[in-house]
Amino acid sequence: MMTPKTLFEKIWESHVVVEPPQSPAVLYVDLHLIHEVTSPQAFSGLRQKGLRVRRPERTYATVDHGVPTLPPPDGRPEGRLAYADEQSRKQIRQLEENCREFGIQLMGLDSPYQGIVHVVGPELGLTQPGMTIVCGDSHTSTHGAFGALAFGIGTSEVEHVLATQCLLQRRPKTCLVYMDGLPGKGVTAKDMILGLIAQIGTGGGTGHVLEYAGPAVRALSMEERMTLCNMSIEAGARAGMVAPDEVTFEYLAGRPFAPQGEAWEKAVAHWRTLPSDEGAVYDKVVTLDVSRLEPMITYGTNPGMGMPIGGRIPDPAEVKDAVQRSTLEKALAYMGLRPGQPLLGHPVDVVFIGSCTNGRLSDLRQAASLLKGRKVASNIRVLVVPGSQQVKRAAEAEGLDRIFKEAGAEWREPGCSMCIAMNGDALEPGQYAVSTSNRNFEGRQGRGGRTFLASPLTAAATAIYGVITDPRTLL
Amino acid sequence: MEPFTRLTSRVVVLPVDNIDTDQIIPARFLKTTDRTGLGASLFADWRYLPDGQPDPTFVLNYPQSQGAQVLLVGDNFGCGSSREHAAWALLGWGFRAVISTSFADIFRNNALKNGLLPVAVPPEVHQELVRLLGRDPFQTVTIDLETQTLYWAGGETHFPVDPFAKDCLLRGVDELGYLLSLEREIAAFEAKRFSG
Repeated sequence: MMTPKTLFEKIWESHVVVEPPQSPAVLYVDLHLIHEVTSPQAFSGLRQKGLRVRRPERTYATVDHGVPTLPPPDGRPEGRLAYADEQSRKQIRQLEENCREFGIQLMGLDSPYQGIVHVVGPELGLTQPGMTIVCGDSHTSTHGAFGALAFGIGTSEVEHVLATQCLLQRRPKTCLVYMDGLPGKGVTAKDMILGLIAQIGTGGGTGHVLEYAGPAVRALSMEERMTLCNMSIEAGARAGMVAPDEVTFEYLAGRPFAPQGEAWEKAVAHWRTLPSDEGAVYDKVVTLDVSRLEPMITYGTNPGMGMPIGGRIPDPAEVKDAVQRSTLEKALAYMGLRPGQPLLGHPVDVVFIGSCTNGRLSDLRQAASLLKGRKVASNIRVLVVPGSQQVKRAAEAEGLDRIFKEAGAEWREPGCSMCIAMNGDALEPGQYAVSTSNRNFEGRQGRGGRTFLASPLTAAATAIYGVITDPRTLL
Repeated sequence: MEPFTRLTSRVVVLPVDNIDTDQIIPARFLKTTDRTGLGASLFADWRYLPDGQPDPTFVLNYPQSQGAQVLLVGDNFGCGSSREHAAWALLGWGFRAVISTSFADIFRNNALKNGLLPVAVPPEVHQELVRLLGRDPFQTVTIDLETQTLYWAGGETHFPVDPFAKDCLLRGVDELGYLLSLEREIAAFEAKRFSG
């Protein structure tokens, strides 16, 4: 009898080119995604060494981190010249040049498919079950929602993949994250992942690939599964995965890069063999009872500092370890919050709805469902940034843009925008934001800016009242 | 890549847990297309006041920190973004090694590929080092990669390093040459995988 294997093991083992004793495995990469910020030095490296891109047809590029999100005044891409600075424009030009020179397909500013790399890959059907997928971006874990092994890499590794289509990797450990029960009203995939990270901490997944399973995960749509896997890295995990099922196949069917006809039937038959076998063993198991979860919000300066929205800020005095205590004190000092304080009713200056975590159509629909017929508070600025041109068009076809604009929110062009604040969309020093993005690190959304991470529902409810609001009061 | 063999240096002590790569180098400095010149932006938001002047209360600006090549930090160092700019900025400032109780996976990979050595030590050793070096910032530590040993006044400890990465570090070679030498194996794998 064959040893039962996990989803991860099946993908890993089918992609090992060689694994000499004492050396890391040479892992073959099926799909390489690149963007303008972490690739330029990799291409310079190729040029210096006189190397070509080994498999240009397995690499796809888009621009997202530094692109302006203000609408084009005259409809032309070059009209989107609200570049934050000359450097950003240069970086994007550099990617265009690199893609031309090395023969890589680019979904650039003039493409109807441009967008955040982790939104674009899935919606084009590039992301498929069983694949190995890498990108010079930590949120590459998003693609694991399809039952792919997908992880972020550094720029040296981007160069390795461009030159050889392979990476040197030590085999990570596996962790089963079993999500039991079903979420209550107003509790979303974002709350599930924030709840998990609050439980296991920002280093809780280090060295592991997380496989999310259980009834709560099976019940999620593909977009919700992407939200879940997206933030695996915020628990320190190498990757996050969900076994493919009918929901996955239905999402992929007919997408531009998905297999068609006979090839589709063959692919689905293969994909059905991927889920972890009965009795497969994981290095670690974590469980989360989703039925007890409430909408979550972060209060500190890493995604592990999260609590139920009705909770109170923890007291550093109750933390025993000295470094941990001073880390929490430092976080609360930065956030301007006191131990024991509730967050409900806390004033907010900006609400940001978007990012590779929550910038897809279903996220925008959720936010719009609360904003419809309402106005955002007068003291607040609300940015809604779709994850891609396709998301933007689909949202506009449903009239979501009108709902946002009539409520007093800004409807922007696709990009990473205020999640990483490289493109000019940034918080002012001292401002508070409720953000649907993935990181509340100091200065992440602008120097001195203070971020509360939450779901699109919580963000929309907060936008309406101008203070942190439990979305369940509006449902 | 500069080889790493043995290093004796003073230590900059920054005992904060979960220092993310956005603190090591904020995103606004990622607009460069070079690997060099990032040392000036290391820990920029902690190191400089809003008016751009160095903050004299931040440890990197202490006179005794100048010229130090080892950084001692809290648990889970380098979490967050995959930006290799974090390793480039630390090296650009002059660091060759970082001591912590644990490192984020992507950061560790990036560091090793650039000749920056992550030294993971047990929590009790870490506490002792923070206490000792916090009291006397002119003390030095020695890191010997060949034997994987960290020495300080009054003690020593063994630290783990991936044997393959260790060999690359000792010789100062990067991994790409090795991967390129496997062309025949890669081509054979592709032929099998894509034969339908």
